Amino acid sequence: MTVLTNQPQPSGADATQGTAFLDVRDLRIHFATDDGVVKAVDGLTFALERGETLGIVGESGSGKSVTSLGILGLHRRGSARVSGEVWLDGEELVGASPERVRLLRGDKMSMIFQDPLTAMHPYYTIGAQIIEAYRVHHKTSRGEARKRAIDMLDRVGIPQPAKRVDDYPHQFSGGMRQRAMIAMSLVNNPALLIADEPTTALDVTVQAQILDLIRDLQNEYHSAVIIITHDLGVVAELADDILVMYGGKCVEHGTAQTIFRRPEHPYAWGLLSSVPRVDQDVRDRLLPIKGSPPSLINLPSGCSFHPRCPYLERDGIPCKTVEPDLSEGSDHGVACHIPPAERQRIFLHDIKPAL
Amino acid sequence: MVNYILRRLVTSALLLLVVSMVTFAIFFLIPKAAGSDPAELFVGRTATPADVAATRVKLGLDQPIPVQYGRFLKGLFVGRDFNAGPSVTHCAAPCFGHSFRNDQDVWPLLLDRLPVTVSLALGAAVIWLVGGILGGVLSALKRGSILDRTAMVIALAGVSLPVYFTGLLAQLIFVHSLRWFRGGEYVGLLDDPMGWASKLFLGWITLALVFAANYTRLTRATMLETVGEDYIRTARAKGLRERTVIGKHAMRAVLTPIVTIFGLDLGGLLGGAILTESVFSLPGIGRLSIDAVNQKDLPIILGVTLFAAFFIIAANFVVDLLYAVIDPRVRLS
Repeated sequence: MTVLTNQPQPSGADATQGTAFLDVRDLRIHFATDDGVVKAVDGLTFALERGETLGIVGESGSGKSVTSLGILGLHRRGSARVSGEVWLDGEELVGASPERVRLLRGDKMSMIFQDPLTAMHPYYTIGAQIIEAYRVHHKTSRGEARKRAIDMLDRVGIPQPAKRVDDYPHQFSGGMRQRAMIAMSLVNNPALLIADEPTTALDVTVQAQILDLIRDLQNEYHSAVIIITHDLGVVAELADDILVMYGGKCVEHGTAQTIFRRPEHPYAWGLLSSVPRVDQDVRDRLLPIKGSPPSLINLPSGCSFHPRCPYLERDGIPCKTVEPDLSEGSDHGVACHIPPAERQRIFLHDIKPAL
Repeated sequence: MVNYILRRLVTSALLLLVVSMVTFAIFFLIPKAAGSDPAELFVGRTATPADVAATRVKLGLDQPIPVQYGRFLKGLFVGRDFNAGPSVTHCAAPCFGHSFRNDQDVWPLLLDRLPVTVSLALGAAVIWLVGGILGGVLSALKRGSILDRTAMVIALAGVSLPVYFTGLLAQLIFVHSLRWFRGGEYVGLLDDPMGWASKLFLGWITLALVFAANYTRLTRATMLETVGEDYIRTARAKGLRERTVIGKHAMRAVLTPIVTIFGLDLGGLLGGAILTESVFSLPGIGRLSIDAVNQKDLPIILGVTLFAAFFIIAANFVVDLLYAVIDPRVRLS
């Protein structure tokens, strides 16, 4: 794990200042609605260095996308209440002025969205959209920016970039569009790249290509990458660290190796069991997690996973009353009341053989 | 593309032809079916049956309808002669007919009235476009605010209140009581620009209010829909200023439906704004047509109808072409 921050940290730095390249502390994003307060993200903490990749996984509505939009400051100040701290390269973003965050957005931190067809403006050419992204943050001529756009399209593997730069998004195939979207996100060499379900809308055959591309570009630019997905295959491919989210909170956080080899949270077990495997005998059925994701307005008391957990109140643990936190883990963060030794035993004996 | 334009031109021409046939049929067949005779309308009630019969022959009204229509069509392209009374009137192409009541050809009458109607329509169009789009955008961006509610109330009032109410009220207040604007005769733009604007201004506002209401509501609805689009989020994620996000990225999408209805509205108005022209005593095409109806002046009614149909069909054609320019996903073929 290498620490590469542009600004040298003064020795004995203020304890509140972020030390990692991206340091998210106790991030809370709440939305006031007519039905009550939606706690989309509730106390999320993680850190990420340049050159590393963090995978955030969870079901729909677990707060993954809201987190990423929150880091970029894309929530409307009127409807969303954002609190906590987001330190990017020594600069705090939650309390910063919207104008300051805007200047960082697209430049130092950028984002790749899920569906490249709807995420690109249908009335402007691919080139015009990339040029615009470049010229917001660079005072250059149109010609210069156009050269840069063609260069980026070439870099992401679009054939005949000098010609296709003048095409409209609808003239591109799905995979090509996502490549163009990536070119647009990377045009300013962002130090932090957030990819929100970058392959979900794509053909399976194209998915691997896009993931390869993201990895190659990450190596080239040495950027920090956050991959948000519900597809465990994607994070297995790319991530160094994995953060499992449930009901707006992190329930397990560790290295990719740890989460795949010896996960300890029952929800993570559930996620792994829901993935079809082709290299093993055909099972009768996959084992889905029973029930559905909780309402973010009225989260279940105690551990919010308890209504769906098969190990509820096992050996008298206080699932319904006491909220577990990540410190319940042994070597990595696991928010579960089951004692670590017991969790490891359950995984080895009950879960792993069935995977 | 060229192919498409040519094909559309031909269809537009055919459509005009059909409109002319239907109009012709309505104006010459229906009086007949109702037992009255176009020739009687031409010579007046006091004429003797012999006079009527003579007129009928002179005007060619004794000929079968297709022959009459053929003559009318021929007149449009090469002109025709009317053997009215002792003298022969030549009606030069494009001959829309000859009004015997006014003893004038229809075409010069139309041309004479056109500048008034164009002045009224274009002036009002500028006001309703600017007002409607601005009001709609601000309403959408400040949804639920006082401004939004005020704009929506004005929009509702605009569509609900008839021109002959708002127009007369405006005249009563601003022309007769406050004397801010001039009443009286219409003067041409080139003769007296201030007088022209002063005479037309209340007409512009009154007419614009009717249309602005629709544009405000349409703009507001489209804008609200557009700001939720993924590509607007992308524009923000690029770090663009909010001004650019709304003014460029969102407006581009909002303008598409606006251009469509604007073309059709303007095309319709160029055929005459009957109510507004009547209320503000503007001698435009609308006034010409309502006067013609009152006087049962068939050739003028026929001419105005065809003229209006031409503008509407032309507007449709232009809008279709513009659509391809605005939205790159639309390919003309």
